[in-house]
Amino acid sequence: MQETVINIEGLSKSFGANKVLDHFDLQLHRGENLVVLGKSGSGKSVLIKCIIGLIEPDHGKIQVLGKNVLNLNHVQLDQVRVKVAFLFQSNALYDSMTVRENLEFPLRRHSIQLSAGDADQMVREALQNVGLEHTIDMMPVDLSGGMRKRIALARTLILKPEIILYDEPTTGLDPITSQEISALINQIRDKYQTSALVISHDMRCVKTVAHRIAMLIDGKCYAVGSYEELAASTDSKIKPFFD
Amino acid sequence: MFSMPESLRAFLHETGEIARFSLRFFREGFQPRFEWEEFVRQCFLVGYRSLPLVGLTAFIIGLVLTMQLRPTMVYYGVEVQIPAMVGIAIVREIGPILTALIFAGKIGSSIGAELGSMKVTEQIDAMEVSGTNPFKYLVVTRTLATMLMLPILVLLADAISLAGSYLGVNMYETLTYPLFFKKVFDNLTYIDIIPAFVKTFFFGFAVGIIGCYKGYYCEKGTEGVGLSANSSVVASSVAIFILDLIAVQISDLFQP
Repeated sequence: MQETVINIEGLSKSFGANKVLDHFDLQLHRGENLVVLGKSGSGKSVLIKCIIGLIEPDHGKIQVLGKNVLNLNHVQLDQVRVKVAFLFQSNALYDSMTVRENLEFPLRRHSIQLSAGDADQMVREALQNVGLEHTIDMMPVDLSGGMRKRIALARTLILKPEIILYDEPTTGLDPITSQEISALINQIRDKYQTSALVISHDMRCVKTVAHRIAMLIDGKCYAVGSYEELAASTDSKIKPFFD
Repeated sequence: MFSMPESLRAFLHETGEIARFSLRFFREGFQPRFEWEEFVRQCFLVGYRSLPLVGLTAFIIGLVLTMQLRPTMVYYGVEVQIPAMVGIAIVREIGPILTALIFAGKIGSSIGAELGSMKVTEQIDAMEVSGTNPFKYLVVTRTLATMLMLPILVLLADAISLAGSYLGVNMYETLTYPLFFKKVFDNLTYIDIIPAFVKTFFFGFAVGIIGCYKGYYCEKGTEGVGLSANSSVVASSVAIFILDLIAVQISDLFQP
């Protein structure tokens, strides 16, 4: 039986009268790429922000690596966050810092004791993984959209996480760069044996990275299956995504 | 039944939210871990980088104030009192209020825009998942920096303004530097200097906390960043005038 690294049960979240998640259930298994597919505004980003503790849900249970993140204090939550990386939709690179400082930030902030040499080596290794070692002393503003996405990806890798949460990793990128990022997601999984939860509605990305797909429709996990299984579905709510 | 106008309700709501934000500053600001590195960086940014603008404005105000006062003082035959009068005006009111308003325009807007931009590009969320308390890293350091740097800027602005006034006096007559400052300080007492200095800490706090509040809760994407910057300046300028009014009332209690 596959080990579950994220287990979500009965998750609900409303913003005023708008019920975004309604008793949502999902399991992410170790070593898989699971894509959550849904329309814009369907609550995909809310879901992963609940997982990482950025948004507090109204009801439900979220277990990450065996710990219920809703019951953790700040220190305990930080310990979980060392093992769970988050790639933000807008990259969230710190504008006032160089690429090196951006990558060193999580290392320093999680109070990881490292010599300057070790930190430098880790930064360079993370940048090598995304093919952008030469940008180490550049500012984010000097990079293209695709490069920024790669740097953001390198930052998620710096702590060697067990789980990576990708929030629309290819949004705003051209088709070629989107494919490169999708390929990179697979390379990272193969190299570091990470588990990934990918939020997307880019079907090329979905097809490239997904081992399984969970359909988020009307706030619920409407269906789960492989790309081929769901693409063959005749369900009127699933079919439009694959047409 | 009395129904409160929507604008008044919004104003009271925001005032309450800023008060709550300020309480959080005092609750979290003095708990470990303190972000020394970021605090020093902010002191440099808000203090040193404001100095040229504050200095230039202060010099011109000192010079112009002296030139504007002169005809009236000559008319009444009391031009010898120009240094004393300018000194009191600058130290008690013009120096602190003018520097604080320039500071609100330059630093309040930049804090509002910077934090607003960080909010809409998810940098604040990224900080939180990187094991950092963004409130302490961004809000506490910036607010403490504005609290510390504004009084220092006011002291420098007062000195530069008096230098401008000295130049203004010497455009029409010859007055030595020591004599000019003797006339200024002979007419200043601690009751003039201390309250004027103390109130600048509160001005600095208002500029910092309001700028941070506006940026930290920025909404509506890039449009919201502009609104944050703009409303930071407006709200902190109003706060400065209100605090000044309160400070004058309190300092008057100690006047002989």
